[in-house]
Amino acid sequence: MIIGGIDIIALVATLMAASTPVLLAATGELVAEKSGVLNLGVEGMMIMGAVGGFAAAVSTGSPVLGFAAGAVAGAVLALLFAFLTQVLLSNQVATGLALTLFGLGLSALIGKGFEGIRPPPTAKVPFGPLAEIPGLGRILFSHDWMVYFSLLLVAATWAFLRHSRAGLILRAVGESHDAAHALGYRVVAVRIGALAFGGALAGLGGAYLSLVRVPQWTEGMTAGAGWIALAIVVFASWRAERVLLGAYLFGGITAAQLQLQAAGYAIPVHLLSMAPFVVTIVALVLITALHRQGSQAAPASLGRAFHASS
Amino acid sequence: MTGDETLLAVDGLTKAYPGVVANDGVSFSVAPGEVHALLGENGAGKSTLVKMIYGLVRPDQGTMRFRGAPYAPAEPRAARAAGVAMVFQHFSLFEALNVAENVALGMENPPPMRTLGQRIREVSQTYGLPLDPDRLVGDLSAGERQRVEIIRCLLQDPRLLIMDEPTSVLTPQEVEILFHTLRKLSSEGTAILYISHKLEEIRALCDHATILRGGRVVGSCIPREKTARELAEMMVGAELQLTDRAGRTAGEVALEVAGLSLAPLSPFGPSLKDVGFELRMGEILGIGGVAGNGQEELLAALSGERPTAPGTVMLGGADIAALGPNPRRALGILAAPEERLGHAAVPDMSLTENAILTGSVRKPLTKNGFIDMAAARGFADEIIRAFDVRTPGAHVAARALSGGNLQKYVIGREVLQEPRVLIVNQPTWGVDAAAAAAIRQALLDLAARGAAVIAISQDLDELLEISDRFAALNEGRLSAPRETAALTLEEIGLMLGGAHGMQEAAL
Repeated sequence: MIIGGIDIIALVATLMAASTPVLLAATGELVAEKSGVLNLGVEGMMIMGAVGGFAAAVSTGSPVLGFAAGAVAGAVLALLFAFLTQVLLSNQVATGLALTLFGLGLSALIGKGFEGIRPPPTAKVPFGPLAEIPGLGRILFSHDWMVYFSLLLVAATWAFLRHSRAGLILRAVGESHDAAHALGYRVVAVRIGALAFGGALAGLGGAYLSLVRVPQWTEGMTAGAGWIALAIVVFASWRAERVLLGAYLFGGITAAQLQLQAAGYAIPVHLLSMAPFVVTIVALVLITALHRQGSQAAPASLGRAFHASS
Repeated sequence: MTGDETLLAVDGLTKAYPGVVANDGVSFSVAPGEVHALLGENGAGKSTLVKMIYGLVRPDQGTMRFRGAPYAPAEPRAARAAGVAMVFQHFSLFEALNVAENVALGMENPPPMRTLGQRIREVSQTYGLPLDPDRLVGDLSAGERQRVEIIRCLLQDPRLLIMDEPTSVLTPQEVEILFHTLRKLSSEGTAILYISHKLEEIRALCDHATILRGGRVVGSCIPREKTARELAEMMVGAELQLTDRAGRTAGEVALEVAGLSLAPLSPFGPSLKDVGFELRMGEILGIGGVAGNGQEELLAALSGERPTAPGTVMLGGADIAALGPNPRRALGILAAPEERLGHAAVPDMSLTENAILTGSVRKPLTKNGFIDMAAARGFADEIIRAFDVRTPGAHVAARALSGGNLQKYVIGREVLQEPRVLIVNQPTWGVDAAAAAAIRQALLDLAARGAAVIAISQDLDELLEISDRFAALNEGRLSAPRETAALTLEEIGLMLGGAHGMQEAAL
């Protein structure tokens, strides 16, 4: 099925893989922000996940260990952020920006010896006859296991936030840390946990970039994906299902603009490269505008430092 | 009530903060089923004491025994597990969560949400405090929010229920129902530790009272055997001044409000409907009513936060309906809203900075567009002195002050600007008897100097004490003002429209 020089089925099939890094990072940041912490270091955590995952996968030959290492690398960086902002009460915005710069620099250093190497391939999930269905098989059942795992994580996060008691406590901490403290919940502990989870997911997203999407290590390869993840969380009004929508939209346009470039349309490359960012943000702004409560959806304690003084 | 056993025994509790000893060797005991009052001025150490019992603050010294066993809760969870529940003065609720979720957060082992919703409906009906478990707390009125807190406690079958200022937002009828609930609990063997500044209520409800002053126990008594005045004097340790309403004469019409309508400020709030009244110089107009019936909306319309249709608000014959707060301040209309933190004062700014925020229009606190810090500090210090605000200094952040002290500060800030018209909402909420009397006296003195005052309050005794005329606000409609002197409490109750949505089935 080819329309205007673009293979639609190939495009939709690429969409899921192209969206996965941003989807993972945005879901992690969603959890961190729901607990009331604004971590602007997503880009830094992603790139650390990318280099950490790549290094581990190349050294061990196992992509699974690679993804695990990516998650750990992201979480370690997030814990550094948690220590600075939750224990030492440093400013969250400044610390987050520093974390991104730190992650970009450190990853470049670590990644020096890994340039130009191909990582071990990540296994596709064998769906057998399902993958043979014309069209649908290619779109839904032709991906590697991380794509499905990331969808599972989004669903689990949605259910956790909405239906579990631990999720309720996490939201409560993000809404009013003073009230949560008065009821005896450990605000700082909850937030450190949420940050570590957010860092691990950002790391996984980064590892997916370097192990599957590209797949190789290049300096600064996240190229703003962490920032788009942050924007998606805000414009998705802090709701997991809209994060999924935003991430898939972003991934879809990314894939489409690459195909448009390949198809040789006379549209300036810069406009095409810009398209995913513009379209995603415009679409999510429209969603927020249509739902009037969008502005009130932010966790009330987001970005505020908590100190149990009284 | 059984006197021979004790439920809670507190022995020699001491807690010091940098610069202040909040509790100094406090000892008292509570029997099962006893309603025990803790009395004291703002800052006497009542809140610190109950926080230690609830496990929020750890004592420096001293011991507690609960149901015969040593009791030292490391955190509220432990206190709740032992059977201690608490209703907070500053609500510990989450606005973006619904009622059921808020209740679940205060429980140790909440049942599944659906069961919990059902139980909330049951318990709230039994105790005459109707609540919809699915509504967002952010959309509830202050009175309804308190119901959430109380239901949260009741669902845990506590042995000891701590209540910090529970009646400050309730109508007389609601207070009656709350007391009925508390007496029922007490007869079932639940002890209640009750903090309130309303001495008549304590006389009506409590079996015993322990009086705190400056962090020490200075006495105990059976409240029924004392007059409210004697109780107040025990708290203050000095004779109480009666408010003096002499020296006021109603002058010409200052503020004229006619056909004032305003859309609700919050999605579930009331709209103002055709509100109208005249206010004379030297007069205090009391406006009563249950919170959430348009008080905030009325204050917003009068202060200029919300502009209204032309001709609806007139000052001395001039139409000011379209003017914002600062032009109105320049004309002499000042307001002190109910919510102290976040509306009347910026929590994280110092008292000096908060003084500049509303004071710079009428006081020379700025020079060529720059803040004159010396003058601002002088103004803040003047408020602190004149209204006896207990604080280490004007540099302290507003949020660090106790509720009553901050209230004195925000009222003082407006009164000292010598307004022509002053609108106050809940001027003495959470303020102790002596300080409340001082605030009321300040309002009376202001009126005696010729200013017109609108006092919006849920405390009817307060309105009867200070106002010349009384009007009731009910679902956004204002009744015709009537002379206070000729009114009885029953008539006022009827003007207020009875006990809003309350079920008297329990009575």
